[in-house]
Amino acid sequence: MNPLNNVVIFGATSAIASAVARRLASSGARLFCVARNPERLESLLADLRVRGDDAAGERIRGLAADPADPATHADAWAAAREHLGEVDAALLAWGSLPDPAACHDSVEATEEALRINGTSAVALLTRIAPDFEAQGHGVIGAIGSVAGDRGRQSNYVYGTAKGMLATFLQGLRHRLAPAGVDVVTIKPGFVRTPMTEGFNRAGALWAEPDRVAGGILRALRRGHAVAYVPWFWRIIMLIIRNFPDWLFRHLRL
Amino acid sequence: MTTSGWNRIPRVEHAAHSAPAFRPDRLPDGPLLAHGMGRSYGDCCLNAGGHLLHTRGLDRFVEFDPATGILTTEAGVTLDELLELSVPRGWFPPVVPGTRFVTLGGAVANDVHGKNHHVAGSFGAHVKRLTLHRSDAGRVEVSPEHNPRWFAATIGGLGLTGLIETVTLQLVPVSSAWMSVWSERFHSLDDFWALDARARREWPYTVAWIDCLADGRRHPPGRGIYSAGRHAVTPPPRARFREPRRRVPVDPPFSLVNGPGLRAFNELYFHQPLRRSPHPAHHRGWLFPLDGIRDWNRIYGRRGFYQYQCVLPERTARDAVAELLRQIARSGQGSFLAVLKTFGRQSPAGMLSFPRPGTTLALDFPDRGAATHALFERLDRVVREAHGALYPAKDARMSGAMFRAGFPEWIEFAKLTDPQFSSSFWRRVTA
Repeated sequence: MNPLNNVVIFGATSAIASAVARRLASSGARLFCVARNPERLESLLADLRVRGDDAAGERIRGLAADPADPATHADAWAAAREHLGEVDAALLAWGSLPDPAACHDSVEATEEALRINGTSAVALLTRIAPDFEAQGHGVIGAIGSVAGDRGRQSNYVYGTAKGMLATFLQGLRHRLAPAGVDVVTIKPGFVRTPMTEGFNRAGALWAEPDRVAGGILRALRRGHAVAYVPWFWRIIMLIIRNFPDWLFRHLRL
Repeated sequence: MTTSGWNRIPRVEHAAHSAPAFRPDRLPDGPLLAHGMGRSYGDCCLNAGGHLLHTRGLDRFVEFDPATGILTTEAGVTLDELLELSVPRGWFPPVVPGTRFVTLGGAVANDVHGKNHHVAGSFGAHVKRLTLHRSDAGRVEVSPEHNPRWFAATIGGLGLTGLIETVTLQLVPVSSAWMSVWSERFHSLDDFWALDARARREWPYTVAWIDCLADGRRHPPGRGIYSAGRHAVTPPPRARFREPRRRVPVDPPFSLVNGPGLRAFNELYFHQPLRRSPHPAHHRGWLFPLDGIRDWNRIYGRRGFYQYQCVLPERTARDAVAELLRQIARSGQGSFLAVLKTFGRQSPAGMLSFPRPGTTLALDFPDRGAATHALFERLDRVVREAHGALYPAKDARMSGAMFRAGFPEWIEFAKLTDPQFSSSFWRRVTA
């Protein structure tokens, strides 16, 4: 079991990452949160402090920096290490769903989506991996997507970035295994985040962010390779991945 | 996609939905209305054809002082989330309604009350400060000291004075999650009044369940069970509480609440074994009995149901309650959720606050169409003559005249509403 007492979260203000941070704060963990928007970060930190800070107010810290911009990574990682000392876990949780139609005929929009959801995460992983390797323990988790499992007309650019991330994590897992470091690919399904409010989300496929957070923490503790959250998405995506292409083309998924 | 309140009547379409994850820099164009958990029973949480602002994304705690019990949260935080945080730290919300699945914004906007109204007053009486986001004034702090008119309008203001973004609340100290509770059967309304006069002096939480089917032929009218409780100083030895996690899994095609079943239920409920002496009960099971059954509103079927809750002033309450129960028993409608509670004499916290000195009666009714509406008309007449009022949070059908008679301050209130905010309820009762 990986301990989760000192945790850094990049992209901490997303609904899923916030739910993870809340659970960790309530359990008394030391946290370092990185997010782009200073006001939103501050409101998250205030919330976490109410839930779980000690009297001295020492446990919960953060830094406003855009994790999608690799230029910020060195400072953010150094600040996290300074606050946490040994890092039990790093969670990479930023991303943004691009407008698929805008990507269809724009190289710029496509490259931007690939950077935000793919290459920037690869850059951060590359930077932090040696420190985990030297430390000889810990777990790195990154939020991928079921969209990375098979390219679909509705969001294949996003899927491409997340697919690249998944493959990179797979290799990193292989590389860091001898050092005793776990690398977890997290693939959430449909989540009731504020982004999806107003849709019909009554179906059994929809999960609350807090439930997804519980699944993420379990996967990090146990060092699972690939964690679908909730678990049944593993079965759904198994079917979608293996659907014959000649039939798949006729679906508008 | 249609949206409805907890009772599923009415179901309406909105032109737009949005769900800010953080306090918005600027409000979208109106007509706007905030919508939290949708636990009110009617259309005061709906804005047909307008823009519904879902507030559950605003669910962060802002500040808590464990020494004074003053808590500031965003308005989309639920009482459930608040309790989970505060009870282990020895603090309790000053007032809780019958469900903990409501947002604090909703609790303010409806100025909700609880079983402890006779000692604590309504929820709004414990609000120290609010952040209000108005289309005509931006973000403003409102409190009894700053912008007191907007503050008084916002408490019980049905969300019409702007978007409530944060709530600062004074919590009360408790020493455990447990309560000490007691119940007793009463066999008539006279028994109830006598019991109530005695119990309300000794107990901070009191409420009565009443058998609204007892029509005086087989059973005396106004029989029921009186319950009272207080926070326990110490948890009982070997205290363990597991809230039931039942759920009504499907929508039955018709209401499961019907004549014979209901009669049998009320008979069994009335005769349930009661422990005479005070005994321990966990606050969840005692204050929020229905929260253990998720989606309980489904038992009324797809058609939904109505709730009818009125308040009757002290001097008319006895006769009016008796008359209301007579009318309901005679109609053979009504349900097992019939609750009687006397309010305290505190002056109302907000301009449109429902709780006021007197007695409140609340009942559920399956929707049986014309027969149900005819009964409501008869009940309305009794309430009007007794100078009572109906609770907007529980209403899907009252007439504008009925509302205006029960809430005479509505004219002054209307001048303080945000011009970009409106609701289906508001348009209905002010048309």
